[in-house]
Amino acid sequence: MRSLPADLRYIERMATKNRPTGGVTRRTALTTLSAAVAVTLRPDLVSGQDGALADTTKRWGRLPNALGARSPAENPKRTPSPTSSRTPLQDLHGTITPSDLHYERHHAGVPVVDPIAYRLMVHGMVARPITFTLQDLKRFPAATRTCFLECSGNFGGQREDVTPQDLCGLTSQSEWTGVMLSTVLNEVGARPGATWFLAEGQDAAVMTRSIPLKDAVGEAMLAYAQNGEALRPEQGYPVRLLLPGWEGNAAVKWLRRIEVGDQPFMTREETSKYTDPLVDGTAREFSLVMDARSVITSPSYPQTIEKGFVELRGVAWSGRGAIRRVDVSTDGGRTWKPATLQQPVLPKAHTRFRYAWEWDGRPTEVLSRAVDETGYTQPEMSALQRVRGRRTRYHLNPVTGWTIAADGRVRFGLQRMRA
Amino acid sequence: MIVVGAVFTISLAAAAQSPSGPLRIGTPATPGQIAALDIDVRPDGTGLPPGGGTAREGAPIYAEKCAACHGANGEGGTADVLVGAEPKNSAPFGPEYERWRGARPDVPFTIGNYWPYATTLFDYVRRAMPAGAPGSLTADETYALVAWLLAKNEIIAESDLINRETLPRVRMPARARFVPDSRRGGAEVK
Repeated sequence: MRSLPADLRYIERMATKNRPTGGVTRRTALTTLSAAVAVTLRPDLVSGQDGALADTTKRWGRLPNALGARSPAENPKRTPSPTSSRTPLQDLHGTITPSDLHYERHHAGVPVVDPIAYRLMVHGMVARPITFTLQDLKRFPAATRTCFLECSGNFGGQREDVTPQDLCGLTSQSEWTGVMLSTVLNEVGARPGATWFLAEGQDAAVMTRSIPLKDAVGEAMLAYAQNGEALRPEQGYPVRLLLPGWEGNAAVKWLRRIEVGDQPFMTREETSKYTDPLVDGTAREFSLVMDARSVITSPSYPQTIEKGFVELRGVAWSGRGAIRRVDVSTDGGRTWKPATLQQPVLPKAHTRFRYAWEWDGRPTEVLSRAVDETGYTQPEMSALQRVRGRRTRYHLNPVTGWTIAADGRVRFGLQRMRA
Repeated sequence: MIVVGAVFTISLAAAAQSPSGPLRIGTPATPGQIAALDIDVRPDGTGLPPGGGTAREGAPIYAEKCAACHGANGEGGTADVLVGAEPKNSAPFGPEYERWRGARPDVPFTIGNYWPYATTLFDYVRRAMPAGAPGSLTADETYALVAWLLAKNEIIAESDLINRETLPRVRMPARARFVPDSRRGGAEVK
């Protein structure tokens, strides 16, 4: 027998002593420590031969450890592609996205940044160009903000067999902590006439975006923490720009440089990408704010529902402020009723909505439609295409829904996307 | 909402409350440190380095370092389509485009029909390309590649020299298409 720490020897003794006597041979095997540990890791060992769960009241479980992990029965996953990975919205509850499920979008992979060597340089139209270490940034007065972050290329509704994750999994929500950009600008002394700044990352794309200073400075943060701990590497460790309500691409990660200037720099990502062709032949640039949107996360593809009580659940958000109302329709858009919003409703934040419904078993489509505090109502795809034309690629936020067949099978409401 | 909102408001107020001036955190950045990182190029040409190149000089560099992903003639591959002068006198969207296109398939968005500033090409190619070795191109190589891309898109001639004086003067076909964001919330769908 290997040597074990005292507490584990104790738990092994307890496990052995409390061995069940029901003649279940598999359980006998569980009396060694390795098998007892395996109980926490392998759900197949937890079940008896009849599939019933083991009686957890007859043996001690594992003692406290250094790092928690999900139940092995829970397996939410992002869906990665070569350029992004999407949050499994259909698997989540409430409004906070677990950090390891926050969507990713990066243009040249996730760099490994040494937090000791890390520097942020702020220069340009400033009185005092300064480099800051990570510790320097953490010395400043801190601020915390819960908000959503959404990629402006967040629309995947081209087929009937898409999940909420496929449809719009490039939105996630965290509680972010950092130093306000205004605090740092006060330190360097932005000069009169400064109207824009360039944010630059230290990934291999050396990602850059121009940010209008006046619109951003009230809420922009240099974030070093997410959901109570340091940023995840894929979220910009050690420091990222955070612009609540604005398209995710502008929230430059692995932030290494801020250059204050008096005009936009016109980088690739704000000219040839992330701009919106319109129906009249013009193209909208610096369309930074994400308009209101909602999605029903349950029921959704590939669920099958049963007649009777069904709670419609989803999330709504707006880059312009708080969600004022979410209307749902259970009859394909003929009538709409307000859903219940989970309090507190934060500005520029995912807002959970729910609606109690009794499904009568007849085929239908369930829809949601967000209204924000400016009075903006999430539009139909047909209305979006009327103003933006056929070839618009970003900032799509149409009303979407799920069709429900007589057999209870749920599919994405594709017909509504064909304006 | 009330609690979190209040905390946020207070922290903003705290930040705004430093009229007493800087907190003396951080280290002054030297001109050398700034120059080492300051690689951006603006539409007016600010930030462009000395050097230059032509499309003829750019062709072999493109073939060696770019064609594998973007296609031998910029027609695209695993990476973006770069070349496409069509539609002439229009963008690849909007009413003129729809008339021009008729029943033909859509053309892709390219440097020739969608990029509004030629300086962006230099900025982006220098910082992020080629994907296998970002930041490895010299200023001359970058100018030559930019010249090749502009010539292939029928914006300049093959013999035109592109450098810090000429590049900001290149007028891109799509330049006048771009308009500021007019969305402001409210009832109107834009």
